[in-house]
Amino acid sequence: MSGILVIAEQRRGELRPVSLELVGAAQSLRRDGEQVAVAVLGQEPGRFVPTLSVAGVDTIVTVKVPQPEFDPDTFVAAVGALIDARSPDVVLVAHSVDSFGYAAALAAVRGYGFATDVFKIERVDGDLVATRGGYGQKVSVELDFPNRSTVLLALRSNMFKPPDPGAAPQVTAFEAPVTIGRAEGKEFVELSSADDVDMTAAEFILSIGRGIGEEAKVEQFRELADAVGATLGCSRPIADAGWLPKSRQVGQSGKTASACKLYIAMGVSGAIQHLAGMKHVNTIVAVNSDAEASIFTVATYGIVGDIFEVADELRRLF
Amino acid sequence: MKILVAVKQVAALDEDFAIRDDGRDVDPDFLIRDLNEWDDFSLEEAVKIKEASGVPVEVIAVSVGPEEVDESLRKCLAKGADRALRVWDEAVRGSDPIAIARILAAVARREAPDLLFAGVQSSDQAFASTGIATAGLLGWPHAAVVANLRYTPGAKTAMFRRELEGGLLHEVEIQVPAVLTIQAGINTPRYASLRSIKQAAAKPIEVLGLTDLQLGSDAVGEAGSLSRVRRMYIPEKGRAQLIEGGPAEQALRLAAIIREFKGEAT
Repeated sequence: MSGILVIAEQRRGELRPVSLELVGAAQSLRRDGEQVAVAVLGQEPGRFVPTLSVAGVDTIVTVKVPQPEFDPDTFVAAVGALIDARSPDVVLVAHSVDSFGYAAALAAVRGYGFATDVFKIERVDGDLVATRGGYGQKVSVELDFPNRSTVLLALRSNMFKPPDPGAAPQVTAFEAPVTIGRAEGKEFVELSSADDVDMTAAEFILSIGRGIGEEAKVEQFRELADAVGATLGCSRPIADAGWLPKSRQVGQSGKTASACKLYIAMGVSGAIQHLAGMKHVNTIVAVNSDAEASIFTVATYGIVGDIFEVADELRRLF
Repeated sequence: MKILVAVKQVAALDEDFAIRDDGRDVDPDFLIRDLNEWDDFSLEEAVKIKEASGVPVEVIAVSVGPEEVDESLRKCLAKGADRALRVWDEAVRGSDPIAIARILAAVARREAPDLLFAGVQSSDQAFASTGIATAGLLGWPHAAVVANLRYTPGAKTAMFRRELEGGLLHEVEIQVPAVLTIQAGINTPRYASLRSIKQAAAKPIEVLGLTDLQLGSDAVGEAGSLSRVRRMYIPEKGRAQLIEGGPAEQALRLAAIIREFKGEAT
């Protein structure tokens, strides 16, 4: 058993950026002489070879599968067969919606060491140690994997630095076993923008979370956002409750606020998905009555206080 | 027709808490327990299917844990579950999500449901693994992060949308029996009425041990887990620069940050 196998992720013909972060993580973990292979599954996996040709990759394994997009049965079978064939001691996948759909099934059936949402990997006295959060990210948990010759880890995105491009790894094709999928992927649907807001273009977002307490309060924050010149956004629970349309949701699973430079989060405690989705923002100001709220760990500025009082005072200044 | 809904009683940390003496978990005295947020949605989804169905549908809530978990199961009964099952054995302590999945798979073999729902993840440990690991062990079709589910009891397939990153949805058709992990926001979970809470308090909760499920003690606990906690610790945190003062002073500073961003003179 040796080597690190990275499973790249692609969707609709594009390599997902986390794929290269996984390579970066592999690079940091590799020991002298250890090989790093990156596998990519798809109908035409060869098209991803140029993007995957980055420093630290020894081999790119192209795995041709009949389905153009992610399919749970196909991935369980193909990645399992690939691990059998290459016997890596570490397999890295993204902690993503696609991996949610197969990695745990594969690990459970094959008995691989397994952990998800890992944000730090290291070797301590030769043992692989993975660190993840616990109890709503309030503690960090170090896991090890005694007596597991293969360990499958799902890594959190935006935690590992992608390597430099421009390497020339060896490319090899892998014959995936034939599977009869029991699920059939059909079309993709873009989240409809009910009120024509484009969160991806917003540079200044004022976002509200659970802390607003009730739907009737939404209006006053909409008015505040207008007054200060911000686009009103929200965290998942607000959109789930239907208080604001889903198109206003920011964070990992909502509209990515890719252009956002100033983010004011009011009453957002900061679920990990939310924090991950806002990490790129230059300036984050968090207003929360709970001094222990996770959002303060990523915010630039923190205001511990009553969001309504702060909102009222702020409104008066514009 | 049967829907098995796997639920978890999660633990949130008290404002002040301490790590246990062995350094591998939080002292249980500092844990506040409640039904996992995602499971509220998966239970509601099952009850909605039952209520819309022309044929009888039985909704069974199952959880793994000691007696205190009954509180969460009663919540499920009050919100429309027909039956509640709890599995426990002291050997289960220290189980990772995969060891829990072994138990759930054994329960599913016994109950033979048409659908098994689990929440996408738990709000405490957030592995997002238990439901899909259960599916793997059962050999059943499975899908994660399910939104917009359409299923008519008796049908051979179910339709839904996987909720992907960045506001994208993926329409999928899946064969049943299947395991689906249900995303928060798929529906609006109901509140239990006072009457249904009272009724639920009187309903029995069936308790199963490992032998009832033909599981050895090595299938669960640390022996049945794919990871082991080495150490738990409180991370360094709070790199936010705090804006001190009363609301008026705090708002003044916030206004200055906004004006600076907008390039206006303060």
